[in-house]
Amino acid sequence: MIPNATDLPVLKPFRPGAPLPGGELACAPTFRFPSPHSRSEWRGEGNLDTCASASAWGASAPPLTPAHAVVLVMALAIAIGIGQAAAAPAAPSILATLIKWTPLLAQGFALNIAMSFLAMGIGTVLGFVLGLALISLHRPVRGVAWFLTEFFRNSPWLVLLFYCMLLLPFELRIGDTIVPLPGWMKSTLGLSLAVMANVAELVRGAVNSIPFGQWEAAEALAFTRLQTLRMVILPQCIKRMTPPWMNLYAILTVGTPLASVVGVSEAMTLTGDILAAENRSELLVPMYLYLLLWFFLYCYPIARFTVSLERRFQVR
Amino acid sequence: MAAWTPDQPLVCIRDVHLAFGKVQVLNGMSLDVMQGGVVCIIGPSGAGKSTLLRCVNALVPIDRGSILVEGQEVHDVKLDKLQLRRKVGMVFQQYNLFPHRTALENIMMAPIHVLKRPRGEVEAEARALMRKVRLEGKEDSYPGELSGGQQQRVAIARSLAMQPDIMLFDEVTAALDPETVKEVLVTIRELAEEGMTCMIVTHEMGFAREIADEIYFTDRGVVVEHGPPAEFFANARDPRTRQFLSQIL
Repeated sequence: MIPNATDLPVLKPFRPGAPLPGGELACAPTFRFPSPHSRSEWRGEGNLDTCASASAWGASAPPLTPAHAVVLVMALAIAIGIGQAAAAPAAPSILATLIKWTPLLAQGFALNIAMSFLAMGIGTVLGFVLGLALISLHRPVRGVAWFLTEFFRNSPWLVLLFYCMLLLPFELRIGDTIVPLPGWMKSTLGLSLAVMANVAELVRGAVNSIPFGQWEAAEALAFTRLQTLRMVILPQCIKRMTPPWMNLYAILTVGTPLASVVGVSEAMTLTGDILAAENRSELLVPMYLYLLLWFFLYCYPIARFTVSLERRFQVR
Repeated sequence: MAAWTPDQPLVCIRDVHLAFGKVQVLNGMSLDVMQGGVVCIIGPSGAGKSTLLRCVNALVPIDRGSILVEGQEVHDVKLDKLQLRRKVGMVFQQYNLFPHRTALENIMMAPIHVLKRPRGEVEAEARALMRKVRLEGKEDSYPGELSGGQQQRVAIARSLAMQPDIMLFDEVTAALDPETVKEVLVTIRELAEEGMTCMIVTHEMGFAREIADEIYFTDRGVVVEHGPPAEFFANARDPRTRQFLSQIL
């Protein structure tokens, strides 16, 4: 079965194998991502499963194919056709109506994209910090980080949104300046909490997937722990993290319409408003399909790019 | 404690005990390495050879006993471990090169970031080290593009770049193809001939016999018997040693 765009490794609880015992190199540094041809036989080897990350990163098949796009466009065309047939003879054509509202939809969609960018940015920065706390040598730090990660990773995004909407003030007073906190900003913060927890887990998983020998070698060269992380471990993690990170972004983007429930005027809310203004029931299906197409067109290239990145990292 | 002088052992290991959980790995291990000396440690797997090496540069803490490197107690809590590790180079069975950096960068990283030496100077030295391990022309290759033997030689050069007083070799040829073992052994022999102090854990008996000043046979966490190679291989006294040698020679 081909996993689809929302069935992505990032959202599955990631449990790398037990930390490798010192010197026991189940996963030798010479280990490389297998080429696509050798993947199946490589998976058969049980002991390499301790390098769980590798299989978690590399395993997803193309999440979306051009066939999906064709189906989507055809569905839209059929919906328009059916809607047209059901419409009153005097009403303007559905296609013309869609085009008429496109600029407004684009405005709303731009807000979705802005929210996704911002939430991803904030979430990634916070998530990196949280992820490093997850691998801290300091037990209390690790405990708190673990709690935060599990809490935000396992809370429904919508609940987080509501909490942010209701608990955050509508403006922040920093010294003498008053920073307004509009609804879209608050819901962006809510989304970034979810992103943060997922990124933290990505960081932890990626760090744990680096063979223990790398730590040992750096330690033997008198690197401090911080230097080891910064110069040896994290650079190798970034590469492994990029594909699941982009998957997470695609999921976040399709999650931004959640903000419509808490009253942010993004594309989903506007679509509802448009339908209310037009008050024509035959518009309902084509309009929402049209919106779906927008999200698809935005996320599809990202999904393709993720897949190509995964392939490239596998070969090297 | 009196200052260390070169006529004392550079590494002095006395009665070291270490357990991982319930498994007693080191059970009163003692040995000495003189400056410029080459000590080979042999023994069946599980004897604690690799663990002992890791204890010498404080990668693994010991439970009891003492390890002195240049007169400094390695497992003193006040000891600056980083200071110790600058003096002790270590080469691993699995090379452990940093795969995201080229061979030359692998060698240069530690001197630049740990010793804070100027880049230009370090680079010149790193190139010289690449020549020394006969890898001229491979400076810009990534570890993944090198053979096992080549990677291991880069790893040796990387350790040497820290200008250590002693080198620890942990079964450095065990993961190599037979045809590349020799090139690595030649590199180590050259080092030993230049007077580098070496502690070598190996399964290459021919190599150990040829290079070592002193051979230690260990089993179950203790030194069973030791002596100069000629004597050791010709008339081993302990039955365990004889059994081991008869199995592999």
